[in-house]
Amino acid sequence: MLADKDRIFTNLYGWGDSNLAGAKTRGDWDNTAAILALGHDAIIEEMKASGLRGRGGAGFPTGLKWSFMPKEVGARPHYLVVNADESEPGTCKDRDIIRHEPHKLLEGCVVAGFAMRAHAAYIYIRGEFYNEYKVLQAAIDDAYAAGLLGANAASSGWSFDIYLHRGAGAYICGEETALLESLEGKKGQPRLKPPFPAGVGLYGCPTTVNNVESIAVAPTILRRGGAWFAGLGKENNTGTKLFCISGHVNKPCNVEEEMGIPLRELIEVHAGGVRGGWDNLLAIIPGGSSTPLMPKDVCETMTMDFDALRAAGTGLGTAGIIVMDKSTDIVRAIARLSYFYKHESCGQCTPCREGTGWMWRMMDRLVRGEAEIHEIETLEQVTRQVEGHTICALGDAAAWPIQGLIKHFRPQIERRIAAYQAVVNAAE
Amino acid sequence: MSISTLIAENQPETFSFTSESEAEIKQQIAKYPAGRQASAVKSLLYIAQKQNDNWIPMRAVEAVAERLEMPVMRVLEVASFYSMFNLKPVGKWYLQVCGTTPCMLRGADDISRCIKDKLKIASGETSACGKFSLLEVECLGACVNAPILQVNDDFYEDMDYQATARLLDELAVDNKPEFGSVIGRQGSESEDGATTLKAVKKTASRSK
Repeated sequence: MLADKDRIFTNLYGWGDSNLAGAKTRGDWDNTAAILALGHDAIIEEMKASGLRGRGGAGFPTGLKWSFMPKEVGARPHYLVVNADESEPGTCKDRDIIRHEPHKLLEGCVVAGFAMRAHAAYIYIRGEFYNEYKVLQAAIDDAYAAGLLGANAASSGWSFDIYLHRGAGAYICGEETALLESLEGKKGQPRLKPPFPAGVGLYGCPTTVNNVESIAVAPTILRRGGAWFAGLGKENNTGTKLFCISGHVNKPCNVEEEMGIPLRELIEVHAGGVRGGWDNLLAIIPGGSSTPLMPKDVCETMTMDFDALRAAGTGLGTAGIIVMDKSTDIVRAIARLSYFYKHESCGQCTPCREGTGWMWRMMDRLVRGEAEIHEIETLEQVTRQVEGHTICALGDAAAWPIQGLIKHFRPQIERRIAAYQAVVNAAE
Repeated sequence: MSISTLIAENQPETFSFTSESEAEIKQQIAKYPAGRQASAVKSLLYIAQKQNDNWIPMRAVEAVAERLEMPVMRVLEVASFYSMFNLKPVGKWYLQVCGTTPCMLRGADDISRCIKDKLKIASGETSACGKFSLLEVECLGACVNAPILQVNDDFYEDMDYQATARLLDELAVDNKPEFGSVIGRQGSESEDGATTLKAVKKTASRSK
């Protein structure tokens, strides 16, 4: 188990005060100017050395992403945008950072913004997080009053402003270009890439969009050194990570652990084990709803990191772990996700707009078994026609859970169809 | 979906922002660079909604458009795209049950069933007394405290049938209990205390 001294989020559960005084007792804002004095590029190099990979789901190296910003500031200002539109089913880690460790996020904005030569950050927080919005706004106000933000932020000589922007209920705005559209006051519909945000982002200016967790861990990494962070976890999957363990466990919880921790250990040590014992496990969705599920036999030896999960045909995603025991109606559980994606499709690309509705209606019939066996194959083919044929990854995210279901639980679907047919035949 | 099914049939004749709203509007617009005031459109819609009993009439959509120098259609597009803007009246207590899989696995159906039993309403409906509206919503982002029932702006967490029944009884007499976990969890730690950070001294009360 990760030692407490190596935990970044020591106020994860909100036991200490989330305000500025409380944050300072945890080391936040401690000589921030010294970090900035390292210089733009040295900060980026240190982040690269830490091996931190983006915590929003895609796992792209954070330092490398920052380095894509232009080295010279031209006529267009640079922007940092923080993606706090946490909405991936199974994921609730950024919420804890915002409400219990808001100053880690704000200080992270200053160092990340400085590294990419930005003087302003926008934090886009999902609309439903109203109380979290209030906590974060209060933290911003306190930071300004203490001279940690604004002109000469934290006595660093660098001016930095942070603005909070509320979303209003749209999962798609978690996609970075949809988020930028939304931030500009439009419907949240993803943009075609290229151009990438680092070239043409918010208001047409160079922009980097980072997840809350990626930004909030930056000050601690820079204080303790990239080597410290890189020394935790596994090669290419370094550091600590917030895991959210939900569903059929005895004690659902969030916990910060080392990357690469065995899945079974994570569940048994921190979440009180699977309801009814490990042998009562049916399947686990490891990284938020978009990642394909794993049946129990794959879960046995799985470790929680980008590479191991990817090799198993799924992904670490946001590390939102959804546990399902043997009482689960697995077809319904996945069908409910299909409904989610249908509801959240922005409607821009035809394969997704039409496909998510089609897949959900088909899944809805499969829940009741009201289908023919050959339609399973048809459904699988439709998921392939949606996957990879849309501007953003929502189409993929809608296709993958169904592919995972068919891959691992086809016999259950077939039995259900057979049972339905038997009832129909008996009635005739 | 046609717009006529999205917006209220009975629309007020007029709408104007109060001076309190105007002050908030000024604050919101100031967050964005000159000429980028359209970025404040969701904020202004929230302000209009708050001022108007939690729903946005067409006159308010027009007022927002005028204030931000945007075509009315662009504002209406935004107002109808995002699920948190109500273009029709809702009850005083707007109940939103998260129905997505993590909540479903932890008994979200029981919350909906309790609401159906006590208030006789399903998703998208308002109770006969007009006080309660219900909507099944998608993932609220509090999955380790599932299932979640959102009432207006606040999350009630770790819910079940009985807790929902108690909450509805309180709301019926206009008493809104403290929000958060109904089983006494402070945040997202496991139910009987956390497995980590045990040496941390507790100084804060329940997180809000």
